[in-house]
Amino acid sequence: MKPGIFLAIAMVALSLLSLFVGVIPIVPSDLLHDAAAWELMRDSRLPRTLAVVIAGGALAVCGALLQSMVRNHFVEPMTTGTGQGAALGILVTTWFLPDASLLLKLSVAAATALIASAGVLLIVQRLPPRQPLLIPLVGLIYGGVLGAGVTFIAYQADLLQYIDVWMNGEFSGVLRGRYELLWGAALVAALTYVTADQFAILGLGRSASINLGLNYRQVMAMGLLAISVVTALVVVTAGAIPFLGLVVPNIVARYAGDNLRRTLPMIAGGGAALVLASDSSGRLLRHSFEVPAGTVMGILGAAVFLWLLYRPKSYAL
Amino acid sequence: MRSNPLFLLGLGLAACMVLYMTVGVSGGWSFVLPFRAGKLAGLLLVAVAISTATVLFQTVSGNRILTPSIMGFDALYGLILTALVFFLGAQTAVRLPPVALFALNTTGLMAGAVLLFGTLIAQTRTDLLRMILTGIIFATLFRALTLFWQRMIDPNEFQIIQVASYARFNRIETDLLPLAALLSFAALAVVWRKRRQWDVLALGHDAATNLGLRVRQQTILALLLVAALVSVSTALVGPVAFLGLLVVSLARLCDGSETHARLLPIAALISAITLIGGQLVMEHALSLSTPLSVVVDLLGGLLFFFLLLKGRSR
Amino acid sequence: MILIRNLSHTIAGKPILHDISLDVPRSGITALIGPNGAGKSTLLSLMARLMPRQQGQITLDGHDISTHDTAALARTLAILPQIQDAAPRLSVADLVAFGRYPHSRGRLTVEDHQIIDRALDAFHLTDLRNRALETLSGGQRQNALLAMIFAQGTDYLLLDEPLNNLDIAAARGLMAQLRRLANDQGRTIVIVLHDINYALAYADHLVVMAKGGIAATGTPSEVVTEDLIHRIYGTDAAIITHQDRRIVDVGP
Repeated sequence: MKPGIFLAIAMVALSLLSLFVGVIPIVPSDLLHDAAAWELMRDSRLPRTLAVVIAGGALAVCGALLQSMVRNHFVEPMTTGTGQGAALGILVTTWFLPDASLLLKLSVAAATALIASAGVLLIVQRLPPRQPLLIPLVGLIYGGVLGAGVTFIAYQADLLQYIDVWMNGEFSGVLRGRYELLWGAALVAALTYVTADQFAILGLGRSASINLGLNYRQVMAMGLLAISVVTALVVVTAGAIPFLGLVVPNIVARYAGDNLRRTLPMIAGGGAALVLASDSSGRLLRHSFEVPAGTVMGILGAAVFLWLLYRPKSYAL
Repeated sequence: MRSNPLFLLGLGLAACMVLYMTVGVSGGWSFVLPFRAGKLAGLLLVAVAISTATVLFQTVSGNRILTPSIMGFDALYGLILTALVFFLGAQTAVRLPPVALFALNTTGLMAGAVLLFGTLIAQTRTDLLRMILTGIIFATLFRALTLFWQRMIDPNEFQIIQVASYARFNRIETDLLPLAALLSFAALAVVWRKRRQWDVLALGHDAATNLGLRVRQQTILALLLVAALVSVSTALVGPVAFLGLLVVSLARLCDGSETHARLLPIAALISAITLIGGQLVMEHALSLSTPLSVVVDLLGGLLFFFLLLKGRSR
Repeated sequence: MILIRNLSHTIAGKPILHDISLDVPRSGITALIGPNGAGKSTLLSLMARLMPRQQGQITLDGHDISTHDTAALARTLAILPQIQDAAPRLSVADLVAFGRYPHSRGRLTVEDHQIIDRALDAFHLTDLRNRALETLSGGQRQNALLAMIFAQGTDYLLLDEPLNNLDIAAARGLMAQLRRLANDQGRTIVIVLHDINYALAYADHLVVMAKGGIAATGTPSEVVTEDLIHRIYGTDAAIITHQDRRIVDVGP
């Protein structure tokens, strides 16, 4: 079966699952006569499912973007500084302007995420190209140090409990009226698809890009902006979902190759499917207590990362 | 400093210890002294355990940038603890004396260390970056699994056993001190006795084999010792992320000889001064509410980053 | 002597050695030559028990090296190890001193110190004895390692392409040193060489390997013929005789 079709079916199936599972079980027939069920669906289930799909798809796409930008298959924005940068922005806003609107929080978070991402890019570009594992390593440490800094500030601001919330993404708080900004991420992802070729060329290297007439700096800046905005949006709405952007593009590349124009929709679909699965299983695993999607993704993502690192034909390296 | 760092460091430590015991005492001495003595003993134990575990781990993994906690040892400790609570049932776990839980946990950690890191070191020894990356992913995986299991345990029950996510040097589990001290003295004695063998091991697999050392066997023994020491320190104060790297790097600056006979005591002294002196400073001099461990982690993390980029991992 | 019987070895699924049987004679220099990928380094590593044996048997003076006590073996057999990055601040003297470890376990006697000094002298390291390894050139570091295994005082010495980083003076010096050890002290030296001419000039016994098997063994003059070079290396090179010695003409 072609990977694209498989993904499409998976997405539909998982979305339906997501709509109907939860603390209060709903069966499709309920919707026909029970007004409360409809309300639940409209106010909670549907927004939640949409949020999961958008977040998953957009994050996976951003992973692919970052991988093109640093020319390495083992990175993704959430763990390499962008995610921590966004958390820092939210923290600072909450500390100094506790009544700030969601939009303001988002803007600050996007800005700090951008600065953090620019930082890691600057460092990574100076690394010796002969050691491909150095890039993901430096990225992870950079993210870790930034995360420690965020914890330090949280301590000063007496906001430590919020750190846990942001660092472990979950969608249980997503309700109608509280998630709409996330559609911005869908917009960014769509725009990325339109410019997919440019990012694919970017992945070939600086000289190749310039040789093919690409405005290298401009495309890099676009990519930087895209991943910062999307990451900030997801962190503000739900929290951090680690490793998604790393794992999905690699798996898709294994089955469908590296042509971004062709694979980007699949990457988005794969990301959506994976987070749907994480979120739904988080609801199912233990009755009446939810396991955050971020935690499930952390386990899955780390395990797959290890597999990617050790599988025999690591063409990614 | 070069002339005799041991002497100067020893003096420094003595000063710190005296200050720790005497500064800012309000209330009866007969209460304060034993109370502080307990905490001091705990800090000393943790300091020596961490520095020794780090030196030993760096020897068997063949580099100067890795530490047990970067590789996920203390995250594994937290995972095993959570798993124990999950499988025993929180009710049973809370009725166990803390010493029993600690003993179970240490055994689990030692087994896990040999299985996981023994294989890892044997297979990826020559590829340092892959090893570090794997360690970091392990640590992330263990923490995620710990969080997962915490959620699976009934939240009402979970309050009973808290798995710390960072170390607290001002709150030490003093009821564990006797067993912890026993275990660490035993481990430290073994480490010290074999100090010349660690020197040979540090030359690398081929050279050590050539000189007649059973590399695999010694590596496993070293990992067991590291696990025991990490278990002690994690049980007493919680996961200490970058303290080891910080103090051992400083120790290497102080001591040019590269032999374990000098490195081990120097690192232990620097570690003790950092912890006790640092605690003194945090508690009395500065009024930051941040625990010492966050500061140490931040500094150590930056150091790690710097070492990695500089390529001075050797 | 070293006896190898039916030794086969696979690495990561790829067969490297096929059913090798070989006798390495005592006393003297045995050179292992052959094209790249023939399995020479693997064979040497197996002889030095650096890798676990898979199939076949290797005995040294009657002991099976895979079961014999490794510490005891270290007093009889030494292999020149790779220490590219280990302990760069170690001093030369300290490194060479490690060569005595199998004998004295770290507690150096007066005799040990004499042996260490002789080793340093033999490899022109006396003036460099207190320098840190990382401050030395590649050739000097190689000499330090050679001094270390020299100090180890073993009957058997295994060396894997030790001439690679050495200029002609250093290379000839090393080969002459090995020649002396074999002649004066009766040591057995097995050396993997890239350059056939060094083998022709210094070895008593030659083993030619190709594609994981042994193509020929014997004295250099018996073994190295134009036909062999053509068969094994796939190139045509003439053999010249100069003052009783045979030399391969590497010119076009």
